[in-house]
Amino acid sequence: MISRDRFASVTLPLAVFCAALAAWEAMVRWREIPPYVLPAPSLIGATLVKDWGTLSGSLLVTLRITFEALLAAVIGGVGFAVFFAQWKWVERSFFPFAVILQVTPIVAIAPLLLVYLESETAVLVCAFLVAFFPILSNTALGLASADHNLVDLFDLYRASRFKQLIHLRLPAALPYFLGGLRIGGGLALIGAIVAEIAAGSAGQGAGLAFRIVEAGYRLNIPRMFAALVLISLTGILIFLLFTALSRLLLSRWHDSARERAN
Amino acid sequence: MAAPVVALKGVGKIFDNGVAALAGLDLDVREGEFLTLLGPSGCGKSTALRMIAGLSTPTSGALVWRDGASPEVGFVFQEPTLMPWARVWNNVYLPLRLRGLSKAEAAPVVGKALALVGLAGFERAFPRELSGGMKMRVSIARALALRPPLLLMDEPFAALDEITRTRLNNDLLALKAELGTTIVFVTHSVFESVYLSTRIAVFSSRPGRIAETIEVSAPLARGEGFRLSSDYADCCGRASAALNAAMGGAP
Repeated sequence: MISRDRFASVTLPLAVFCAALAAWEAMVRWREIPPYVLPAPSLIGATLVKDWGTLSGSLLVTLRITFEALLAAVIGGVGFAVFFAQWKWVERSFFPFAVILQVTPIVAIAPLLLVYLESETAVLVCAFLVAFFPILSNTALGLASADHNLVDLFDLYRASRFKQLIHLRLPAALPYFLGGLRIGGGLALIGAIVAEIAAGSAGQGAGLAFRIVEAGYRLNIPRMFAALVLISLTGILIFLLFTALSRLLLSRWHDSARERAN
Repeated sequence: MAAPVVALKGVGKIFDNGVAALAGLDLDVREGEFLTLLGPSGCGKSTALRMIAGLSTPTSGALVWRDGASPEVGFVFQEPTLMPWARVWNNVYLPLRLRGLSKAEAAPVVGKALALVGLAGFERAFPRELSGGMKMRVSIARALALRPPLLLMDEPFAALDEITRTRLNNDLLALKAELGTTIVFVTHSVFESVYLSTRIAVFSSRPGRIAETIEVSAPLARGEGFRLSSDYADCCGRASAALNAAMGGAP
């Protein structure tokens, strides 16, 4: 029943979403709610178009920071995970630091970073810090969960630790890493936004979060919503991107990316 | 008689948790034989096999290799133990790759190994697309890729259904006849041990040592007919009796 599956997975959620937007629009018009309290979806759309010049620039800044932070988190997270997997004492010594960074809320660290660093660097570091841990811990878990019999087999063939890492541990860790990447991607955006808001009050920065703060000061509520929409879309884009990447890399061999047989 | 390929002399193994898996185990592996280690679960037969593979070291006693050191060894686990992310071809290529052979150099060897186990044409399949029996064939092809003079198999067919198991038993005997490899095979099935082996070492447990060895004299060119022969029935009876005695006469 392909048509029915399609209805359930695409048509139905789309219809419900449109209905919700329509209800919002209708309520704003019927109750004559002023735009500085709650703008209608149509006004938010119009603001997106009208302010696109300002907003698109901010969108690019937020996207750049998010992806730069994520890239750094991937390099750092995978790098440390590999170190941890090779030498147990490194893991024991350094894992507590990673945990401390993870459990301390980023909002609390951001003001301090803003004291020490240029605001743009501070935003980048905040986004990096939140994305780093899930990638590190997931990859470390993946590297450690290679099939023990396969590890024995590599020992039997007297494979070096490096070969074992390349041919066995890294491929075995891939599904875990991709799971960490999906979480880290979303968190990098959150970290960038939180830090930008902290930095924004200092009067600097040009990302989407700064636009929200700025528009808030001016009571330009439609523009706040427009910036919010762009942030949501960025989050969705990141999620879809990494879901697609997981599918692409795992579909042939890993259960997580395969349809169950009927 | 010629010197054994490897001799286990007074081998004992006590695990870190204090469990004595083996004690005073004496076992010779002779050139060209099909030796089965038969025993109940937990009798240390797998530990003995892992020692021959170099995956476990004895806490007492020693392994004496005829040629001074271990030759190339192939190992087949109870599970197929394939890399799920790699196609069949790459799984069989693994031992050659770890030896530094390029794909081009390895291609004829991998092709031959797959043909030996009847899997020509499945090179590009992923392990999960194969049945349990086919996965085990890939595992055997991988173990044979380096043409080891010694093949070690740890209950390789225990998880397979009876029909697949019988077929793989026959195919393994054919492989043995073609390659002349010395095989050490661990099982807890009396019937499998008699059908496959030239010699059966029956283990007693806690701690593991050899209770009795039984020679199966029938030539290795065995077919389904062998299962109906009085020779087969006789050997099964002896192996069963030895196994029962080794387990302390428990039913």
